[in-house]
Amino acid sequence: MIAALIPGVPLLLGLIGLLLPPGDGDRRRPAATLGIAGAGAALLVTLGLLLFAHKPIEASTHWVTIGGIDLTLGLSVGVAVLYVALAVSAVALFVQIYSVAYLHDDPRYAPYAAQVSLFTGAMLLVVTSGDLIGVLVGWEVMGACSYLLIGHDRRLPEAPAAAVKALLVTRVGDVGFLLGVAFLISEAGTSRIADLLAHDYSSGTLTAALLLILAGVAGKSAQFPLHTWLPDAMAGPTPISALIHAATMVAAGVYVVFRLYPLYDRSPAALATLGVMAAITILLGGLSAMAQDDLKRVLAWSTVSQIGYMTGALAVGSPAAALFHLLTHAAFKALLFLAAGAVIHAVGTNYLSRMGGLREHMPVTFWSFVVGLGALAGVPPLAGFWSKENVLTAAAHATEGGEAVPVWVAWVVWLAALFAVLVTAWYATRLLLRAFFGISRAHGPDGPDWEIGFDDARYTAPATPHDPPGLMRWPILLLAVPAALLGLVAYAPGFRTALELDDPHLGVAVVLPLVLLAAGAGAAWWLWRAVPGADPAEALGPARRLFAAGFHLDTLQDRAVVRPVRALAKVVTATDEKVVDAAVEGTGTGTTGVGDALAIAHRVPLPGAAVAVLAGALLLGAVAVWFGAA
Amino acid sequence: MTIYQVALVAVVALPALGAAAVALLPARPARLTGVAVSAITLLPIILLPFARSSTWTTYSANPAGPRLWTEVDVSWVPALHLDFHLGVDGVSYPLVALTGLLTALCTAYLLKSSGRALIALLLVLEAGIAGTFLSFDLILFFLFFEVVLLPMYAVIAGWGGDDRRRAARKFVLYTLFGSVFLLLGVVTVAVSAGTADLAELIGGAGLDRTTQYAAFTLLAIAFAVKAPLWPLHTWLPDAHTQAPTVGSVILAGVLLKMGTYGLIRVGVGVAPLGAEKAAPVLGILAVAAIIAGALICLRQTELKRLIAYSSVGHMGFVLLGIATLSVTGLQAALLGNVAHGLITGLLFFLAGAIKDRAHTGELAELGGLRETAPRLAGALGFAAIASLGLPGLAGFWGEAFAVVAAVQRGGGLWTTLAVLAAVGGALTAAYFLRLLRRVTHGPAVISLSPTIAGREWLAWSPLVVLTLAVGLVPTLVLAATSAPMRALVEALP
Repeated sequence: MIAALIPGVPLLLGLIGLLLPPGDGDRRRPAATLGIAGAGAALLVTLGLLLFAHKPIEASTHWVTIGGIDLTLGLSVGVAVLYVALAVSAVALFVQIYSVAYLHDDPRYAPYAAQVSLFTGAMLLVVTSGDLIGVLVGWEVMGACSYLLIGHDRRLPEAPAAAVKALLVTRVGDVGFLLGVAFLISEAGTSRIADLLAHDYSSGTLTAALLLILAGVAGKSAQFPLHTWLPDAMAGPTPISALIHAATMVAAGVYVVFRLYPLYDRSPAALATLGVMAAITILLGGLSAMAQDDLKRVLAWSTVSQIGYMTGALAVGSPAAALFHLLTHAAFKALLFLAAGAVIHAVGTNYLSRMGGLREHMPVTFWSFVVGLGALAGVPPLAGFWSKENVLTAAAHATEGGEAVPVWVAWVVWLAALFAVLVTAWYATRLLLRAFFGISRAHGPDGPDWEIGFDDARYTAPATPHDPPGLMRWPILLLAVPAALLGLVAYAPGFRTALELDDPHLGVAVVLPLVLLAAGAGAAWWLWRAVPGADPAEALGPARRLFAAGFHLDTLQDRAVVRPVRALAKVVTATDEKVVDAAVEGTGTGTTGVGDALAIAHRVPLPGAAVAVLAGALLLGAVAVWFGAA
Repeated sequence: MTIYQVALVAVVALPALGAAAVALLPARPARLTGVAVSAITLLPIILLPFARSSTWTTYSANPAGPRLWTEVDVSWVPALHLDFHLGVDGVSYPLVALTGLLTALCTAYLLKSSGRALIALLLVLEAGIAGTFLSFDLILFFLFFEVVLLPMYAVIAGWGGDDRRRAARKFVLYTLFGSVFLLLGVVTVAVSAGTADLAELIGGAGLDRTTQYAAFTLLAIAFAVKAPLWPLHTWLPDAHTQAPTVGSVILAGVLLKMGTYGLIRVGVGVAPLGAEKAAPVLGILAVAAIIAGALICLRQTELKRLIAYSSVGHMGFVLLGIATLSVTGLQAALLGNVAHGLITGLLFFLAGAIKDRAHTGELAELGGLRETAPRLAGALGFAAIASLGLPGLAGFWGEAFAVVAAVQRGGGLWTTLAVLAAVGGALTAAYFLRLLRRVTHGPAVISLSPTIAGREWLAWSPLVVLTLAVGLVPTLVLAATSAPMRALVEALP
């Protein structure tokens, strides 16, 4: 059962790695070895299966029966699955290698490397599992690992809060996910995905279950309205951002919808919800990315927007386009984050307002950014161009009707995706110009105050920025290859049939996005050129603050969810103490009080006691007479 | 007598005799004896599952009755319907094993301490708790149920924190209040059925509808106090907070399970009609416990008190599983019982370790544990994440499948309960993350010793390993529970 090694090896090595003692120097070597070996083994097995396995692997063994529900430990590994596993394990391997240099002086490197392994293994479990409970296990383990890794940096006061937020927001979505899974498996009596897909659900149950699962998808894949954790998650070390954005976590939600797509195809309501959610997310992410000053936050918001393209493609009935965009996005977003790590490493800040002029000092990083941002914006012939083209074509196609999704939803998705092409080109150009061109703003009007800035690897900033050391440079260079060329794979027939992708067609439809692309990039360039040194985002005027704050949805979430829960907790705790427990304590003190009163009554002096005895006798007599008479 | 019957009696008799020996010997050999006795008691416990294949007793007379692996049935006081009837099956075995394990870990934890009385009391507790799980006579069940009370009172009152006497008094009075209901319920059943033999009573044989309603109400109140079910829970936070580490571990790990076990075996078993009638009320209270427990935890400022209140929420999930009265729900409840015992036992050991080092349990005064004591912080993180129900660890199964069972039961009420319980799961994550953020993250506030003593590793590591093992292979607990639960559910109207 060789396919089980894909998630198995990283998970096992991750668990072993957690037992390693933390520390510096030689103690890092075993941790690094375990981490790299885990991702490397998964990559090798995946490659081996891609080359030599000729038919999909389906295997399952009985796990446990609870009530009437059979749970299996199952694998379902087709070619499309292997491509995703390839992307996951390759990015994970690069991240592990990169981290060795990036965290070269972090005494808590050992648990970090082990957690990255667990994270990777959990994602690979989601990818390869043929059983919904297996998916759920990987899904939640990923959540826990993201929590641990985002909170890794001890010098950042905001890191623990960001970590808690990431886990809690995704966990809120997972309430829906768990319930959705419960609906699906309790009716079918099994949790094997193949059986679930074949089960004949009533349309009400199906729609309810799929909508609930979408809540979990929104949480994991950072879709509106549960996207708020992702920008804050930038407090994690930069390689972790690459891992979360490119290969694991945010891809998981899209992937689960892809796995369950035959069910979604039967529920227009669920697809319409997904489509509207996707359109809002595409615009929200794109517009918010326009006004960020933090390099990583630009990339984070761009992820929100790009994942929206994937869910949009799913909504309009093209899971193949979604998966293709997921693969190209994995390549160029991992490239961008690792290169961003190199920039941050070199200049000691995240803020674009303190960068500028880095092109001369960091040529490798610069060209990596050019490739990555070009792919992100969809410049032909880079990877993103092809996959985005597929999404747009699918959406345009769905506007003609004939898909499960309502036509108006297809229009909404298509228009949002088109508009976002313009926006994406604009912010990608702005990022490139602000970071690499012009003059250095390292010593700006406020002077160099890096201590306040965001540096997630302790080091002394070099006098002049330079390209990163080999262990960091090579992963970046290697990732630039698929970021540039992966799109051309669309022409490879084997790949196309595996994903069930339509034939690439470069018709007239390509012109419109390309015009929008040129317009967006040109506008950013023109604004930058017109006022040298100024931020093109200033042209946004009053909208800038709104965009920078992500449309204030964080505040809204705080007011609508966090504060009411806190207030409720206060009320419930007070009730528990002042009513429930007070009743118990009151019974106790009441009993003691009555006992004391009786004790006092027994100690009254003789005249009083005599009166009491006589009064008692009178009372008894009265009662006797009363009842005797009756 | 077969070897299995000897083993069955030994599980109860060994700790009881051991306690007497410990009380008589001088302190140092006494402690060694105590540890040895608790370790030796594990041997018959390990032996018991083998009885399952060799003697498969079938009760053809009572199809709903338990199929015991092995049993001992000796008449004791016939006038009271009191037989010394011990037996073990798939439902009771995991809890007996948990009792043996936690007692052994606790006594080993105390090996280096001074005095011997605490170890003797722990052994008495073990005898009482194991006896409760093994009794198949209602009156005997009641006796063992009560045997546990006073030693626990002594443990809290003798070795507890500053406010120990008040907490111990509250614990003993409150649970005695519950015992009154248990006694009434047991007597009601025994008198109207003319027998107290659980093996015959399970399935509701021989009890009319009204008696079943009355009996279930009485028994349910008694077990709800023990479990504890909201709103009868307020003895628990005080008792847990004030109890010494080993006391909290036993209290949370196995003592509470007497309530949920009793509810399944005695409550639902003896009065299925009553259970069916009361199920919605039980379900609503269980979900109230989940939500209220989680919300109250969000406001707690003391480490042990927070963990204590988290038990209210976790036992809420177990009770929700029972309330669904389905095979899925009952199995989830059994699994949740064991998982809670392992995880909360570990949490209390860790809380004790932190309090021993920092001399405070106030969350505001702790912080930065991962800087000062990374191993301790790692173990706490593991326990907290296990407790918030991460799939792949023990806590997940019971809680997720209690929700699945409620969904399966269907209808407006149960679907609402399922949704609320799932929301409670998210709130559980909220308060555990708050705990971790206060205790492990941030700058180091106080310096404490990072070295972890051998006895601490010894106490923690089996719990860590078992949490992972039960999470990955839930069959370890569920292997032999399907048939008894199915029989129980089939007895329902």
